[in-house]
Amino acid sequence: MVIHDALRRAIEAEQPIAVATVIAGAAPIGAKLLIDAAGTASGTLDAGAVTAQIIADALALLQRGVNEVRRYGDGLEVFIETYPPPATLLVVGAVHIAIPLVTIARTLQFRTVVIDARGAFATPERFAHADELVHAWPDEALAGRLTSNSHVVVLTHDPKLDDPALLVALPSAARYVGALGSPRTHARRLERLRAAGVGEAQLARLHAPIGLRIGGQSPAEIAVSIIAEIVAVRNGRSGAVPS
Amino acid sequence: MRDVLPTIEEWRARGDAIAIATVVRTLGSAPRGVGAKMVVSSRGAMAGSVSGGCIEGAVFEACQQAIATGESRLLHFGVADDEAWDVGLACGGMIDVFVEPLR
Repeated sequence: MVIHDALRRAIEAEQPIAVATVIAGAAPIGAKLLIDAAGTASGTLDAGAVTAQIIADALALLQRGVNEVRRYGDGLEVFIETYPPPATLLVVGAVHIAIPLVTIARTLQFRTVVIDARGAFATPERFAHADELVHAWPDEALAGRLTSNSHVVVLTHDPKLDDPALLVALPSAARYVGALGSPRTHARRLERLRAAGVGEAQLARLHAPIGLRIGGQSPAEIAVSIIAEIVAVRNGRSGAVPS
Repeated sequence: MRDVLPTIEEWRARGDAIAIATVVRTLGSAPRGVGAKMVVSSRGAMAGSVSGGCIEGAVFEACQQAIATGESRLLHFGVADDEAWDVGLACGGMIDVFVEPLR
């Protein structure tokens, strides 16, 4: 239980962690080593000189978020599983679409953050299911918290809120940036962002109009198309149907 | 693991013994990825999954055994395996599942 509890605490605290488990070989089957992002290891697995290699492999796999069996000679097989911090979905605009979007994203194990300075929209009643509800202007709320594990969805329909969010999100490390709006709305948005000095490379990574083309009409259907596009990006696919 | 953590805590709180099954290796079109987990309690409750349903029965039995004996085991399921006739991996893939008692 000691190892399991330490693992659970790390996962709950969203700290990156890896577990190495002996699944075959001379070492006791089931022996475990818990390895944190700094390479500090604890547990019941003692593979002698090989331990250092297991820790190095675990850190490399943790970086990539990959689970894998590694072989270390003499039939020793170690399953290394990694728990990078969860992917985060940051929704700018506590609009109707955001409600089903948060529900679906949570099912897919995303951490969900809803950002809206307008108190009438971002109420705890509407977003009790969100992990975090932030009452702030989007540029302030997003600044400094976007990593390569962040996915930003901009839904306010209001350039006064959308544009500042995009001006922070597009140059950031965020894995996905998408914005709601018709092709016409989007064309005008591109003009404004260009005028604000956003380069073409950054504009090209903006997913807009947002979502896969599945003909969605209702807020829930649009939420499905948005999250489907994010999943496709995370899996390195375009989301297009093969012809 | 994230998906089954709350269930594990719930079962522990009521004093159940628990076994965890984890997909550690797949080949071909396995329905669930490496790292997918299924947990089983000494009361016979089950959560999570290690396949599309084809091998859960056999894995459930192995989990009960792990709880009873306290021993961990590596299970192999695939078309090349005799057991495939019994558990029938419809996908034609291969799955290795590690079963261990939670301790």
